[in-house]
Amino acid sequence: MAEVSLREVVKRYDEVEAVRGIDLDIADHEFVVLVGPSGCGKSTTLRMIAGLEDITGGDIAIGGDVVNDVPPKDRDIAMVFQNYALYPHMTVAENMSFGLRLKHYPKAEIKSRVAEAARMLDITDLIDRKPKQLSGGQRQRVAMGRAIVRNPKVFLFDEPLSNLDAKLRVQMRIEIKKVHQKVRTTTVYVTHDQVEAMTLADRVVVMNKGRIEQIGTPNELYHHPATRFVAGFIGSPAMNFVPCRLEEAGGKLNVRVTDRLAFALPPARAARYANAPRNEKLLLGIRPEHLSEANGHAAPGVENFETVLDVTEPMGMETLVYFTLQGTQVCGRVNPSAGARDGAPLRLAVDLNNMHLLNEGTGAVL
Amino acid sequence: MVEVAFQPTSVPQARTARKASSLRNALKRKSTMAFLMTLPLILLIAIMVIYPAFYSIHLATLNKAMTKYVGFGNFQFLFKRETFWMVVEQSCIFAITAVIFKALIGFIVAHFAHNIPSRKQRKWRGMLLVPWVIPPAMSTLAWLWLFDPSYSAFNYTLGLFGAGPIPWLGQTAWARFSIILVNVWFGAPFFMIMYLAALKSVPEQLYEAAAIDGANWWQRIWYVTLPMMRNIIAITTLFSLIVTFANFDITRILTAGGPLDSTHVFATWAFRLGIEGGDIPLGASVSLFMAPILAIAAIFILRDISRRGNEA
Amino acid sequence: MSTLAIDKAGPSRKVKYGSMSRDRAWALRWSYFFLTLFAIFSLVPPIYMLITSLKSSAEISAATNPWWVFHPTLSNYLELLTSNQFLRFFWNSACVAVIVVTITMLISVPAAFALSRMKFWGSATLATGVFLTYLIPDSLLFLPLFKMFAVFSDWTGIRLINKWYVLLFLYPTLTVPFCTWIMIGYFASIPKELDEAAIIDGASWFQTLTRIFIPVALPGLIAATIFAFTVSWAQFLYPLVFTTSTDQLVMPVGIITTLIKGDVFNWGQIMTGALLGAAPPLLIYAFLMDYYIAGLTAGATKG
Repeated sequence: MAEVSLREVVKRYDEVEAVRGIDLDIADHEFVVLVGPSGCGKSTTLRMIAGLEDITGGDIAIGGDVVNDVPPKDRDIAMVFQNYALYPHMTVAENMSFGLRLKHYPKAEIKSRVAEAARMLDITDLIDRKPKQLSGGQRQRVAMGRAIVRNPKVFLFDEPLSNLDAKLRVQMRIEIKKVHQKVRTTTVYVTHDQVEAMTLADRVVVMNKGRIEQIGTPNELYHHPATRFVAGFIGSPAMNFVPCRLEEAGGKLNVRVTDRLAFALPPARAARYANAPRNEKLLLGIRPEHLSEANGHAAPGVENFETVLDVTEPMGMETLVYFTLQGTQVCGRVNPSAGARDGAPLRLAVDLNNMHLLNEGTGAVL
Repeated sequence: MVEVAFQPTSVPQARTARKASSLRNALKRKSTMAFLMTLPLILLIAIMVIYPAFYSIHLATLNKAMTKYVGFGNFQFLFKRETFWMVVEQSCIFAITAVIFKALIGFIVAHFAHNIPSRKQRKWRGMLLVPWVIPPAMSTLAWLWLFDPSYSAFNYTLGLFGAGPIPWLGQTAWARFSIILVNVWFGAPFFMIMYLAALKSVPEQLYEAAAIDGANWWQRIWYVTLPMMRNIIAITTLFSLIVTFANFDITRILTAGGPLDSTHVFATWAFRLGIEGGDIPLGASVSLFMAPILAIAAIFILRDISRRGNEA
Repeated sequence: MSTLAIDKAGPSRKVKYGSMSRDRAWALRWSYFFLTLFAIFSLVPPIYMLITSLKSSAEISAATNPWWVFHPTLSNYLELLTSNQFLRFFWNSACVAVIVVTITMLISVPAAFALSRMKFWGSATLATGVFLTYLIPDSLLFLPLFKMFAVFSDWTGIRLINKWYVLLFLYPTLTVPFCTWIMIGYFASIPKELDEAAIIDGASWFQTLTRIFIPVALPGLIAATIFAFTVSWAQFLYPLVFTTSTDQLVMPVGIITTLIKGDVFNWGQIMTGALLGAAPPLLIYAFLMDYYIAGLTAGATKG
């Protein structure tokens, strides 16, 4: 059993507080991804779990035992580093078996474990090569193999795919997911790439400035972000935030964006914003995919409006359109056949069933 | 940074004090071990370098029998002797001229070596570095033989052209020239290797950009190569200045200071007075005169190192 | 109009191209010419050593063309290599060099590891101090050291002066600082993640050093070893000061003090001795040139 739990974990360097009190419970077999911008404390948190950084305050427990004072080698963890950290003077097999050899495992067992891991990662042919003779993706596999043969309680991944090119990254992402499905080891994975976080995780932990912003499944984070930071960080292109007000007119609620532009709040969201402040500055959060070309069919909660596009970016399967509302740049996704052109007017439809209202000051999602 | 985190002021709460103290022990063990690993080095430097350096200052204030404190007596005695001023002059002429020529020749040769295809560079570099590899005491013997008053191979060759014979080591001016020649022969390869390494680290695109901007060969050297190599040129020159200034082997073997003490440098004269003359305090006083120039060079080198450390 | 422009541009570009490659060919020729000159300048003394070592005393004093051997003989080599005294020099030199290299590595490798990886109070200052020590020349220290050893033997009755093994205490002052300095550079270039991976794999600090750092920094270790060996082999001032009895001398001093008898120079034998004395560093250089050069450049570029 290897659940990992963090209680009020704090890390302070000299003056700087890198991690400011983190509470996190990771269940056995779970794949948890820590994601956030650089400097948010995600790597520091991972390294504290590994034991590579001392904990300034709080407790970290692995498998129910507090490990604050336990050296890394006795925590029964394995780690995959961003630059792989393969021992350059050892062959693939020696790299993978180094930890086992240090612990004086019987030779036969070492051999069978290495063979098993190599088979799982499809690197059996490379077993006698040195890291220098391997491609980036192959090195990545060996680094994972080194973690797997140890059969640890917890896998720790520190931005393992950042050094790979885009194509290989997608491939290795799938590979990591497959391996986790096979070995089912509790995994903590750090990345700055929200796509990686969404695709890999059972649960995603979004961190910012040393704190946890939100913990949830990928879908929860996407559809129900708790803060402006999460709403803006998850999803690409990012969610649009437009200044607006909530108006009450004739017993109905309207979202007023400009003097001439206001949307009626759809019934699906009416109850949610019943107690939201009226006539105060708010932010309307709307994802680009909920801003598409108007197609003439009226649907509940979908409203049309006219705008002039600034720039268009054809992506093939869709075209990204950018226009300005209330001084902010807004992005929408339209069908390539919608006739969007730079500087041309276009009629767009906004799907308010998926809208969010945010408090401009606190960034909290209402 | 780790130590700082465990200074009393930064231990945050009483709750974590227990853990912090046991961690502090672990850290203490680690830094204790690190200290133990460096202890032999520290002892060696303290006993065999720093202590003798200060001991030498103490020695310089004693009389010949080392029984009486004479203060600056040794220095006053030195200042009155003509030989001393000759040694100062010769040491400076020798070090400065030799370093300038080593640097110049090193730079020129490195440039030519850099010009040729890299496949063939290895062979040439191999040949050109030979003088640096041979122990200087051994190679200076060969030069001594080449300069031999009666059988000099150089004079034989000059004789074929109707020139010479030259008293290579017999006349002050020629002896000084010969000593510098041998030192340049020995030290130029070091400069060549350092400059060659530096030349290789200048990105090719810079030359291409300069060529597109219309720079000619000379301008490329002046505006691209030299600025890019400034650091390495400075540090190599300072290094060499120290080593050349303190050089003993070449002068000792070629002339042993002669003719008439005119080629003595600090090192050989200190040896003559201290070991051969048995006046250790006087010899120590002479060798102490090397310290200021070494200190100045060392300060410049250190500044360069710390600046590079800051950039990194 | 456009065709005209192309017509004009075409040939002129061609000429330009040709002149550039011609420039390059000339630059190459000049390079080879000057490199040959410098190579001759570099190689004259060692070649002259070889030429003289193959001559008999009679041929040398006959003052024939010094650049040519008319009656090659190996008698100088035979004489020296069967002389107990010369073999003794060689043996002393070899002992000193091998032991000093061992001492140097035992001191500098752990120290470099500690200084590059285990930060402790004063470690940065110490690293700089190590480098400064390297700049202090032997000619500044030989007199106080000589006096120190004399005082030491007065106090303890242990006579170290005029014993070859006194050099074992002296040479490390020349080799350890530089070797530590270049090993710090090599160790610092090993990515931090590599020792973290080793720690997670369960390696102790000592195992990290012996099983990861030393193998990975092996080129640096070889370069440092070569440096320590060549310095020990070539040192001239310390043995000249500290040893005088002929059975305690090392090669450079031995050759100079015993083969030069008063004004009588037996040049055939001196050159043979010098060549044999230069042979070990030259052989190491011939086989390990890349490591040798790496060590040479590491001191300044790694700093």
